Amino acid sequence: MSSLTHERVEQRLREQFPGVSFERQAGPAVRDFTLYLPVDSLVEVCTFLRDDPELDFAMLSWLGGVDYLPRDPRFEVVYSLLSLSANLRLHLKVRVADEQLRVPSVVRVWPTADWHEREAFDFYGIEFTGHPELIRILLPEDWVGWPLRKDSPLGYEEVAFTHNTPDRIKPSPDLKKLAPKKVTYRAH
Amino acid sequence: MTLNMGPQHPSTHGVLRVVLELDGETVLKAKPIIGYLHTGMEKQAEYKTYTQSIPQTDRMDYLAPLSNNLAFCLAAEKLLDIEAPPRAQAVRVLMTELTRISAHCVWLGTHALDIGAMTVFFYTFREREKVLSLYDHICGARLTASYFRVGGLAMDLPKEGFLERCEKFVDEMPAHIDEYENLLTKNPIWLARTKEVAPLSARDALALGATGPTLRGSGVQWDLRKAQPYSGYESYDFDVPVGAHGDAFDRFQVRVREMRESTRIAKQAIARLREIGPGDYRVRDYKYVLPPKEEVKTSMEALIHHFKIVAHGFFPPVGEAYQAIEAPKGELGFYFVSDGTPRPWRMKVRSPSFVNLQTLSTMVEGRLVADVITAIGSLDIVLGEIDR
Amino acid sequence: MSDPKDLNPYRPLVPGPRASSPQADLVMPKSEEETMREELEHGILFTSVEKMVNWARANSIWPLGFGLACCAIEMMAIVGPRFDVSRFGAEVFRASPRQADLMIVAGRVSIKMAPVLRQLYDQMPDPKYVIAMGACSSCGGVFNNYAILQGVDKIVPVDVYVPGCPPRPEALIHGIMKLQEKMMASHVQLGPARKAKGVA
Repeated sequence: MSSLTHERVEQRLREQFPGVSFERQAGPAVRDFTLYLPVDSLVEVCTFLRDDPELDFAMLSWLGGVDYLPRDPRFEVVYSLLSLSANLRLHLKVRVADEQLRVPSVVRVWPTADWHEREAFDFYGIEFTGHPELIRILLPEDWVGWPLRKDSPLGYEEVAFTHNTPDRIKPSPDLKKLAPKKVTYRAH
Repeated sequence: MTLNMGPQHPSTHGVLRVVLELDGETVLKAKPIIGYLHTGMEKQAEYKTYTQSIPQTDRMDYLAPLSNNLAFCLAAEKLLDIEAPPRAQAVRVLMTELTRISAHCVWLGTHALDIGAMTVFFYTFREREKVLSLYDHICGARLTASYFRVGGLAMDLPKEGFLERCEKFVDEMPAHIDEYENLLTKNPIWLARTKEVAPLSARDALALGATGPTLRGSGVQWDLRKAQPYSGYESYDFDVPVGAHGDAFDRFQVRVREMRESTRIAKQAIARLREIGPGDYRVRDYKYVLPPKEEVKTSMEALIHHFKIVAHGFFPPVGEAYQAIEAPKGELGFYFVSDGTPRPWRMKVRSPSFVNLQTLSTMVEGRLVADVITAIGSLDIVLGEIDR
Repeated sequence: MSDPKDLNPYRPLVPGPRASSPQADLVMPKSEEETMREELEHGILFTSVEKMVNWARANSIWPLGFGLACCAIEMMAIVGPRFDVSRFGAEVFRASPRQADLMIVAGRVSIKMAPVLRQLYDQMPDPKYVIAMGACSSCGGVFNNYAILQGVDKIVPVDVYVPGCPPRPEALIHGIMKLQEKMMASHVQLGPARKAKGVA
């Protein structure tokens, strides 16, 4: 296990990509080390993180989208990288606006991103350019809409109770008929 | 020829659909199609408080429900920056390891059943019933336990008999594992069906993000319980089995040895619980965790905290957290984005089976159709957590 | 001539030993159980074809292996050694719907799965039964959202609902027993389907 720290990772990234603006996510309750990236530099940075022998982020644990609706840019895509040799987790985030909902795909860097990107597309409609087959994965192929967006409804179906079905025929049960019959369990 | 292994199939361990392109008996391409059990849990979690979402997590990986609960609670505790007391941590470790044994029992039973060894199914389900009756004893529910809460446990251990029953189970389990190995490990049919079948190289496994026994079967020594320990795992003594070749037989061996290691850890956890004795089973941080009932009846502040937490839920700080555990199937992680309200803004689940299933197409390319069944079985997937 | 349907189907055709005794009219009339026991001692039992067919159908239910989610694990547990469902004749879980007569919908039915479920139900030959096992298939259960069908009875007719989340294996077996009672009491048309009388 090497003694790689998050600060060293950030330092190496800034050295390697001087033109790219990395921004550490601030906030007292941001419990993981997170760096914001501009969208265009995503694939380059990821390739470097994977191939560099000191950093060696060989595994993409997951990637997912988040919708911050009233904020602009509305969406974020979070990448969680894992370096087994350094035993370190790193989160990268990309901000995308609703009008330009395109993010370059990292499928060529980590093939596992295939299904994760399809899921993010399925839930939010984020288009990953360069993805071999960007179709819906969890919802039926002909579903219309992006269910996990904040302006999509939950799809709650009103459960029929007596208080919200006013026009039902009120039953007047014949209690004698409804009295429980004695059931004999016969040994067949 | 294109063959559809449809959503209803006895060997797909749930509603998985695999579209196979065949040339005779050889598989050219295998494409899994999922989503037949999509439940919208991530969307639904945005409408429920943290405690209300805990029962939802049971239904994700329904073979190891307490593992999911643990991952959820640990992620929420990471967000809140609280830590469960030692007694709760020991109970969590004990129940999670029993869960691991029970999940691997189901895996072994169904995997063997698919390949044709029916006896193992009955044997492993007999053991599983014992674990389920322990679940029943501790929290009342056989399968969907929801026993852990953010900050500790839902309720304390039962007053008598539970640890003794656990000990009895843990003492007799290695003999049962020997029974299963007797039936399978040197069985020529089993070896013919699993040795060098569905191979996965370490490079492919890492690139495809596989974790858990799928990764360890390919030779990569990576276990979150050792690398990034949680809930007190660093103080327990156990080994992490690793395979050599990455075929189905290696994954089988890894899981069976994991069952033995789990009995070791469970024994240590029981000893730890006896050592700790009675104590807190929940953190005493009433901003986030329910105060004990005796205090609620006497102290005004505790009453108000109880009321707020039950009526609204606790208010976590604005931020985010990701915490992963080593579930029986691999790395199970929960990512919470909180906006300060009792309902999470986003809950993302990193489920191990979702990622492990991507390795299926690599595993069976160029192999026979029957190997697809072996591959799916050795991956140990649960559609509940793939589709969420 | 009394209507044959009113006569006791289990009545002895040969008068038993007690009937010929001089005190016969002072003795309690024999109950169905007694006459049946006597018949069985002789080795012969008289019943109607319908009852016999119903009995055969009820005690040899072949379920379709249709486990979807967590309830499927409890369904597997009834096949296991502790809650043995082969006592009830139902341990043969068929993989193909063409050979099954009971579909236990065990688990939550998502919208993507609903057409598949309907197709499987249509592929099952008559007489077929459906048990909605668990809360999710009865009414949507815990999940009331865009992805889950709120009750499988929206697409297939259900005979028995077994509540629970998941129902204990004993509860599912109780549901199967209720279904057996339903089958025993049902009037199922035997023989090939005939056109109704009066229709050309």
